[in-house]
Amino acid sequence: MTTLLALPYWQETGIKLGLALAIIPTTSLILVYLFLFKMMAFMQSRLGPNDTGPYGTLQLIAEAIKFLQKEDIHPAQADRRVFRMAPVVVLASTFLLYVVLPAGPDAVVQNLDTGVFYAMAVSSISVLGILMAGWSSANKYALLGGLRAAGQLIAYELPLILAVMGVVIQAETLNLQGIVEAQATGEIFGFGGIGNPFILTQFLAFLIFMIAAQAELTQTPFDMPVAETELVGGFHIEYTGFRFLLFFMAEFGTAFAFAALASVMFLGGWWIPGFDVDDNILNVLGPGVMLGKILLIAFFIFWVRFTYPRLREDQLQKFAWKVLIPLALVNIVLTGIFKVVF
Amino acid sequence: MTATSDREQMAYISSQAADARVNVELDTGDMTLNIGPQHPATHGTLRIACQLDGEQVVVAEPIMGYMHRGYEKLCEVRTYPQCTTLINRIDWLGSFANEVPFILAAERLMEVEAPPRAQWIRTILFELSRVANLALFLGDMGVQIGALTPVFFAFRDRERVLNQIEEVTGGRFHPNFDRIGGLKDDIPKGWIEETHSVMVKMRTFCDEMEDLLVGNEIFQARCRGVGVIPPEVALSYGLSGANLRASGVDWDLRRDANPGLAWDQVDWRVWTHPDGDSFARYWVRLQETREATRIVDQLLDGIPSGPIMAKVPRIIKVPAGEAYLSTENPLGEMGYYIVSKGDLGPFRVKIRTPSFNNISIVPWVMKGVYVPDVITILGSLYFILGDIDR
Repeated sequence: MTTLLALPYWQETGIKLGLALAIIPTTSLILVYLFLFKMMAFMQSRLGPNDTGPYGTLQLIAEAIKFLQKEDIHPAQADRRVFRMAPVVVLASTFLLYVVLPAGPDAVVQNLDTGVFYAMAVSSISVLGILMAGWSSANKYALLGGLRAAGQLIAYELPLILAVMGVVIQAETLNLQGIVEAQATGEIFGFGGIGNPFILTQFLAFLIFMIAAQAELTQTPFDMPVAETELVGGFHIEYTGFRFLLFFMAEFGTAFAFAALASVMFLGGWWIPGFDVDDNILNVLGPGVMLGKILLIAFFIFWVRFTYPRLREDQLQKFAWKVLIPLALVNIVLTGIFKVVF
Repeated sequence: MTATSDREQMAYISSQAADARVNVELDTGDMTLNIGPQHPATHGTLRIACQLDGEQVVVAEPIMGYMHRGYEKLCEVRTYPQCTTLINRIDWLGSFANEVPFILAAERLMEVEAPPRAQWIRTILFELSRVANLALFLGDMGVQIGALTPVFFAFRDRERVLNQIEEVTGGRFHPNFDRIGGLKDDIPKGWIEETHSVMVKMRTFCDEMEDLLVGNEIFQARCRGVGVIPPEVALSYGLSGANLRASGVDWDLRRDANPGLAWDQVDWRVWTHPDGDSFARYWVRLQETREATRIVDQLLDGIPSGPIMAKVPRIIKVPAGEAYLSTENPLGEMGYYIVSKGDLGPFRVKIRTPSFNNISIVPWVMKGVYVPDVITILGSLYFILGDIDR
């Protein structure tokens, strides 16, 4: 891999770090505005924000400023240090996810050979933060929410990883760039025009991945950890102001990251049909293509979120252990057989 | 019957608890969780004090009175026409339906009867407030289970019904329109056609709710078999309305004890469901909303001509006596027991509200359920805080 710009190591690292830091607020803003504000309002026959700026786009800035103005409240009984750390831990897991997400042949913060493994590993750090938030708030609702989140996220980590295994077997690499290249150079029955997006061969894995991602993101129908109408916000019930904003940003930033993972692993990532895989122009066009695919997947994530009711946590556990995990195992076995036969 | 079931359920719970102790060898103490008085699922200030074992409810006790406004006492220092203003605010989602039993009871004491036209319009407004009230339930149940969208549809479409009520009475929520001997005003011109079209829209809304919630697998998984109330338990706790009919008891005061309103003039049916679970309660209310739109449609086409007010003295004095009259309100049986000593106002008013009795089954039905089911059961029992505490 050639470097993007011929810069000293520390300058390149600085630019990449700045980009990665800037991207979380930006991506979560995009998702919140497009889906949480506008699409949700459209689905529920409301207008949504339309007054602040053109089409209400500046509403988000107003909301962010509102959160910054709020008083930072610690509950009297709270474990203050853990209480303060929790949102940072959750957000850190989101930041770490962005490190390996590729947006072009060279447009990636760090091209790890074990990118898939790394992404799956750091995404589960957020469980820790949520559990910390639930425990340290000294609130029974928060405790219930935190425990539910722990049970749920651990249960859905498995189908998520097992679903990705199918892709890894087919691509023969754990490297996310390698997975994109495998899709770009693949063929569908000898026709290589559009490569071979793994959604075609790994459709079952794609479905399992999306369902498990929905649970990882604690979106409806798997949102019992927050469950507004029963736990009134669950683990973040006691958080106000900026700390709540961190949770909020982490939620949507992670949604964006998971949509990006799905588009890299199943929809062909940044590659555009007709270009060479290492064509330099893809460093410019790739991010745009990725954004389109990410928004498409995020649309489905949020569509389900606004449409479905919520499961109960015992039903959720049953669904994970009795349906998703066996299906994912079947998918791995089938992929292995096909890999050996063809 | 209740005692036996109670004992059975207690025995089941204690056996479960004993099993847990033997298997895990870890005695987890119960946790007290206050659901309310400030909680979104209680629609106001109801408090449910739950003893939890993990996420399972061991004991749930509803604690009410946070919004007690003393309406029974306040009625004693008001004249009869003034009382309707208060009574409007008991079940605030179906206000007009609150006025009717009170006025009918007073009319019975005075031995006057409203002319047929007034009775028909009363019935229409009664059913309209039922549609407005139940429409909100149909959407709100979705929110209790986590589906955000239905409630917005409910608010949107309920507004149409409220507009129709407002056009006649002048008040969206608190009409204060019923008078002893008839009604305050006649219906405005063109109102009948408009209401017909609104009823068509409400039936579309019911179809939407059926698509969004009733047919949804997750909704069914959350509601079927949850909070089952057998018919004999429902009767012994004094449940009424759709909660009772969802347990399979075919009992509707509109049909069984019609106090002279126009329900017997139209073709309609009482819906029941044999299951008695949360799903049955939702389903029965959905069918009742549809049935109410049908009743309104039929009544609108047959409003008799004539005066809307009977001959009553300008200053109303109700002769001494006692009367109890109840009607089938959106939430269930609502009754007023009026004691008069021949004054301008009642000597004593006892208000029997449906939600108060419906909520009394909470300790029985919530033993052994999970915390999320507490919310679905509360939602499906469908109470209004003003109706509990009055």
